[in-house]
Amino acid sequence: MSGEIRARFRVDRGEFTLDVDLALPGRGVSALFGHSGSGKTTCLRALAGLERAAAGYVAVGDEVWQDESRGLFVPPHRRALGVVFQEASLFPHLSVRGNMEFGQKRASTATNGFRLPAIAELLGIAHLLDRAPSQLSGGERQRVAIARALLAAPRILLMDEPLAALDLKRKLEILPYLERLHRELAIPVIYVSHAPDEVARLADHLVLLDAGRVVASGPLKEVLGRIDLPAAFADDAGVVIEAKVAAHEADDLTRLEFPGGAIFVSRRGEPPGTPLRCRIHARDVSLALVPQVHTSILNCVDATVVDLAPTDTPGHVLVRLDVGGDPLLARITRRSADKLAIRPGLALRAQIKAVALLA
Amino acid sequence: MEAPDLAAVWLTLKLATVVTVLLLLVGTPIAWWLARTRSRLKGVVGAVVALPLVLPPTVLGFYLLVTMGPNGPIGQLTQAIGLGLLPFTFPGLVIASTFYSLPFVVQPIQNAFEAIGERPLEVAATLRASPWDAFWSVAVPLARPGFLSGAILGFAHTVGEFGIVLMIGGNIPGRTRVVSVQIYDHVEALEYTQAHWLAGGMVLFSFVVLLALYTFNPARRKAA
Repeated sequence: MSGEIRARFRVDRGEFTLDVDLALPGRGVSALFGHSGSGKTTCLRALAGLERAAAGYVAVGDEVWQDESRGLFVPPHRRALGVVFQEASLFPHLSVRGNMEFGQKRASTATNGFRLPAIAELLGIAHLLDRAPSQLSGGERQRVAIARALLAAPRILLMDEPLAALDLKRKLEILPYLERLHRELAIPVIYVSHAPDEVARLADHLVLLDAGRVVASGPLKEVLGRIDLPAAFADDAGVVIEAKVAAHEADDLTRLEFPGGAIFVSRRGEPPGTPLRCRIHARDVSLALVPQVHTSILNCVDATVVDLAPTDTPGHVLVRLDVGGDPLLARITRRSADKLAIRPGLALRAQIKAVALLA
Repeated sequence: MEAPDLAAVWLTLKLATVVTVLLLLVGTPIAWWLARTRSRLKGVVGAVVALPLVLPPTVLGFYLLVTMGPNGPIGQLTQAIGLGLLPFTFPGLVIASTFYSLPFVVQPIQNAFEAIGERPLEVAATLRASPWDAFWSVAVPLARPGFLSGAILGFAHTVGEFGIVLMIGGNIPGRTRVVSVQIYDHVEALEYTQAHWLAGGMVLFSFVVLLALYTFNPARRKAA
């Protein structure tokens, strides 16, 4: 039903220029990631038609929404899309149900088969339907806003930093619902964020934006595994690994397995077999030529050096490793790299000091 | 109260009702335009709408009298289409009152529209509501307090006007003699008892209206 998303925009506002050409997959979550002022929100607004880029082209599958070369611009209310803004922006004069039915009533062709009770159930808001928006918590409001957008039968769902206005507790409350959507939605989601953890947790495809330009675009693991990204992203350099819970061990550790080996983390609640995403920062990975016995670092995996590149931190290099087919990054000093003669093809041990679990 | 007084009260209420309805019809699009436009004409239009706030009613009445008179453009038009002349008639009074009370209706509604902001309308658009649909289903309900204030102020202000009625309507019993003019007549004739009844009634009416305005107009609900 849904197809690839193609978008090209050129916006020139004097101090700020946006010049992007995006090709995003027609399934899964594509994250537009960048720091404030990178143009990610402008991209989203232009996709929705809330802003009209003087030079623009937008197509979702075979539907063209904007093509300025032939003066075509479909206004937002004729585009089959859903938008979730940073603030939930519920209509205060309507109940939760009234808000959810607003778009549903107006969507002429309910093609995606979403039904109000099912969506309310999926987002855990079934018990709130008769409340007024002012009686909801921030997290509940945002879930209603997501439900409202989905019920309008969108072909794509656009989310503009939907968690940014929430405190950490509310964020943690809403993230599982977003993951559920991720698993169950057949439509593509474009997710704008400046929070690396959210992106690492939710995205399948990652677009890095910096100063109005696309710096990198591709599958999440591939982009995160790059060592040639500009300084703005180098600090957070790190990869995401899809692991599975293998076993809970007697000493309160849980063994996770991924193609490149096993890693141990504090005991988890999930039963064996549950997939878990973990994020490993480059700064938390060190390298050793021979297996270390006298070390407190538990997580060591066999790795092969792919290549290395200087970073913006003076005296440091970023090493890209191959771990059973997955990329892993390590940030080490140039002195160590020279001492160990790190070069492409070298087999060594990667020691992982910290693993951030994303679920 | 005697028959002429009752006639004056009845005429006043009729005038204020007709004018209020007309004001909402005319004032709403003006308020919407003023609230949303980025045109450079915004200042000019806003100032013109606000003129009756500062001008003496005699000035406005004088110009309306001239324009609607036999040699004025509106007068020539109404004569040409067979309506005759508007001054000293009820419709003439309605038109003059509409101009005079316009800012009292436009400004509260404009403020209410401005307070809504861009976001609810953008949300409505992403939920398939056309601009016309979003106006009725989102903007108007959210601006309800503004409409309420505008209607009450427009009604009350029309009831309370005097100068412009005298300029345009004169003092024709049953046709253009409203309460404020009737009180003036009573006072001129030294009929203080009758004047007291009407004047006291006006005070009571105005107080009740303002009380309603301050009591029932809910503080704007917090945007969710």
